[in-house]
Amino acid sequence: MMTLTFKDFPPGHFGTFGPRRVTREEIFAFAAEFDPQPMHLDEEAAKRSMLKGLSGSGWHLCSIMMRMMFDGFIGRTASLGSPGVNELRWLAPLRPGDDLTLDVDVAEARISRSRPETGIVTFKCRARNAAGQELCEWVSPIIVMRRGQAG
Amino acid sequence: MGFADHRDASGAGRLMRFFEDIEIGQRREVGSFTFTADGIKKFAREFDPQRFHLDEEEGRKSLFGGLTASGWHVASVCMKLMVADGSRQTLEAAAHGEKIAIWGPSPGFRELRWIKPVLAGDTVSFATEVESLRLSEKRPEWGVLQARNTGTNQRGELVYSFLATAFVPRRNAG
Repeated sequence: MMTLTFKDFPPGHFGTFGPRRVTREEIFAFAAEFDPQPMHLDEEAAKRSMLKGLSGSGWHLCSIMMRMMFDGFIGRTASLGSPGVNELRWLAPLRPGDDLTLDVDVAEARISRSRPETGIVTFKCRARNAAGQELCEWVSPIIVMRRGQAG
Repeated sequence: MGFADHRDASGAGRLMRFFEDIEIGQRREVGSFTFTADGIKKFAREFDPQRFHLDEEEGRKSLFGGLTASGWHVASVCMKLMVADGSRQTLEAAAHGEKIAIWGPSPGFRELRWIKPVLAGDTVSFATEVESLRLSEKRPEWGVLQARNTGTNQRGELVYSFLATAFVPRRNAG
């Protein structure tokens, strides 16, 4: 399979990935380990919360979006990792049974000044459910080799 | 999650949990976590199976110089420790017969930085410091807090930082 390099990420729409079903069991398992708040673990408490019903941890949603990016293209990209996330918004709760779709755009692509053999590709990623409601949006740079053979 | 006032010599007596109890600049250590090779690989297999998160040799060959925790693993562990710290404070408040503050969800964050790799065997200590406070315009029973959450490794190096936003209940919101 062709490895994706910097030149494969021109600004504009890159791709749409999914759907990916998120089960109640997954939501409970992640929340029990990393985010054991009642709104993620307890149906009754969740109904009384601001989110009005059981919801997945926002960090779980981020982690699932990361996996969808990996399966969609990062797994075959000469990526050296990411320095961070510029901005992230949790717009609507992740619910048990949601089928997630990920829209990925390249917001900016530039050659690194400090490491000219690499480029910095800034992605805008949006996760939406089957009803088209947007759940999460982030803007994050990834460092990508300009030629293949990253690893 | 909540904030103890380190200027308060009486310590546990004052639990800073409601909007009205919180001040800009308050800092709280929320706990430490050691990232094991097994834990790093387990998270990576499920959520971020990039080669430098799955294999020691691949990690050594990468920019990171060793088996490295996924950034989302570091972020999730930070949340884990903040929730645990909040639960401890809630129990303490209940033991003192104080009103319990239940925090709301977060609308998001800014400026998340994975500053240095978190390698297998590293112990990261997390802390939170209040940067801004305002009342919610749409939801008058809530305040909106911004806090800088950080992770520092056993060598004293800052490895992780982000500016979190959270809804915090007002004390007399019914």
